Amino acid sequence: MRTVRTGRGWLAVTALAAITLAACGADSSDDGGTADGPVELRMTVWTADEAQLAMFQEIGDAYVAEHGDTVSDVSFETLPFEEYTTGLTTQIAGGNPPDLAWIFENSAPEFVDSGALLDLRPVLEQAEGYEFDDLEPDALNLWSSGDGLFAYPFSNSPFGIFVNLDHLAAAGQPTPAELIANGEWTWDKAAEIAAAAAQASGKSGLVVRDFEFSAWDNLATIWNGWDARPWSDDGTTCEFDAPEMVDALTWFHDQVFVEQAIPGPGTTADFFAGDAALTITQISRASALDDSFAWDLVPLPAGPAEQVSVIGQAGIGVFADGPNAEAAADFLAYFTNPENAEKLSTYFPPPRTSLLNADTLKAANPKLTAEQLQSVVVDGIKGAQTKPAHAKFSQLQQTVRAELDALWEPGADVEAVAASVCTAIDPLLGG
Amino acid sequence: MSATLDRSTRRRATSARRRSTARRADVLTGYAFVTPQLVGSAVFVIGPLIAVGWYSLHDWNVLANSFTFTGAANYQRLIDDPSFVDSLKASGIFSAGLVVLNVGLALLLAVMLNQRMRGTTTFRTFFFSPVVVSLVAWTIVWGFLLQADGGINGFLSQIGVDGPNWLRREDTAMLSVIVVQVFKNVGLNMVLFLAALQGVPGEIREAARVDGASAWRSFRSITIPLISPTILLVSILTIVGSLQVFAQIAVLTQGGPGTSTTVLVYYLYQQAFQFNEFGYASTVSVVLFLIVAVLTLVQWQTRKRWVFHEV
Repeated sequence: MRTVRTGRGWLAVTALAAITLAACGADSSDDGGTADGPVELRMTVWTADEAQLAMFQEIGDAYVAEHGDTVSDVSFETLPFEEYTTGLTTQIAGGNPPDLAWIFENSAPEFVDSGALLDLRPVLEQAEGYEFDDLEPDALNLWSSGDGLFAYPFSNSPFGIFVNLDHLAAAGQPTPAELIANGEWTWDKAAEIAAAAAQASGKSGLVVRDFEFSAWDNLATIWNGWDARPWSDDGTTCEFDAPEMVDALTWFHDQVFVEQAIPGPGTTADFFAGDAALTITQISRASALDDSFAWDLVPLPAGPAEQVSVIGQAGIGVFADGPNAEAAADFLAYFTNPENAEKLSTYFPPPRTSLLNADTLKAANPKLTAEQLQSVVVDGIKGAQTKPAHAKFSQLQQTVRAELDALWEPGADVEAVAASVCTAIDPLLGG
Repeated sequence: MSATLDRSTRRRATSARRRSTARRADVLTGYAFVTPQLVGSAVFVIGPLIAVGWYSLHDWNVLANSFTFTGAANYQRLIDDPSFVDSLKASGIFSAGLVVLNVGLALLLAVMLNQRMRGTTTFRTFFFSPVVVSLVAWTIVWGFLLQADGGINGFLSQIGVDGPNWLRREDTAMLSVIVVQVFKNVGLNMVLFLAALQGVPGEIREAARVDGASAWRSFRSITIPLISPTILLVSILTIVGSLQVFAQIAVLTQGGPGTSTTVLVYYLYQQAFQFNEFGYASTVSVVLFLIVAVLTLVQWQTRKRWVFHEV
């Protein structure tokens, strides 16, 4: 009898311990400081580059030195790039959100519309010496809702085409620079020289980097030239089955399966390792180039409709419900003020018009010439489009990917696949 | 006399108190040993299980920080969700394929390696070694081999066969994932079968041989019935394990092409961590838990029969 009682007692103790532990877990999600004393700020980022992290820390330490009464430490936590948004939302779900976070452009509407982020406009406009009007209005569109600005677009990296001049020379093809000079720089021509180079080298022609027949939003760099878009501007109507999109997808399909200008699914080809003649990617990848082959960087070609510049953006937001939201917003204003924005431009083209010139960017990107920076970066950012984004992008990304899988077969019916994409995503767009 | 009785009673009382104290100390020591496990289970297993059941009754939007009680709405949505049905089918196909191939191959290997001949130990080690290799590393290497221009198609082209794009075609993607998983774990089942085969009495097979039974007849009518409890056990363990497949899908196909390899756990992962639908994902995990619980119950019953058989 006593044993039973003792057992009950131990069970009670165990249950109490479990609850206490769970409660401790919940408490640990609170901020590092007290309500009255200085707080610790944490920002999640996806870069693991030591030089970039060192620069962030330097700015963070300088802020702490100036604002020691309110902030005792600023730390930067790297989450893996591939699983970044998942990692971030898991932290939020676990009751342990960071104070500030980098946010992918395709998740921008999801975060902006959710109400999770603090409106930064009042803080940035009132920050001393911030020069809010210096920010390029086009760069702020994705991160704005009504009059509010819910993240600062710290990185505005245009897409361009890197060219392996050795591959083109070996195939006896003209360079893109020559084609640009002659006004012939079109997607058809780019594919033509890519196919010829691939045939001559036995390697790949034109690679849409990071696409891998899965991350279809990277195809926006191409289909924008056809004036195609996946859905209407208000995000409620599917436009995959519009003639412009069907034409663009047909062109892409032909280049993969007929002309062999673009390597097919399941083929790995790294331009920077010399495996391809051309690649569409952001200029920030220039750091991956060595001198193992002659190369050039040129703007995206023109499609049948127009030449469209595309930029990949990333924002920094402050979580409105965080215990340190006010301090975090003040730090962000410091982190992105004119002086620090110039420092950050070493790695991330800023949204400040005063810094968007070839001279400033040249200092930060020694591998690129002033002409390359002017044509691809400076001219590219103004009026550029961003990649597709939507408040339900994560569902749309997977749903469209699943439907487009049927397109990556030699005999695919492009029109039927485009229609099936719309059938699949209509409930998401309309809901 | 009375004094002697008193002393005796006191001795017995003292002895009983000592026994009681010792017994209590034993009990306390026992509980002290099981407490960490009990606390661990309560915090990391039972607590989350209860929490998931609770979450499944809510619409939980992490970003908007909303947590609204919706009753059985998520369960109704689950019934009406064609993607959930597709994921159930994908899990069923994966489990069936894995069980047939894994159990068949493991039994074949076990029979072959149950012979007394040179090199069997080396072959046993060879087939068992993938079991101890990191699952993700194993899968990544297979991902390279299965690419359109990967090692397998390279080998096939050497013998004049134009191999398919294994992971990009609906008719080969699931098969590829199953085969990768079979080669990873077949060694473990092989060892279980080897142990069972070595438990089959030699004299029974000898008697059958004397009676004129062929090797196949002896295997079919003697060996298989005697190791059938192990076959059942291995099959159920493999099915339960197959319902938990995730890393292979995440690394090799990400659920595609289409949704052909979106198995239940991957679907759950998508809902929770890609779509931020934590409430709905909890509903899926409750259903998955029930399926695994039923299968575990079946396994338990099978095991009891197995023990009885052994006795």
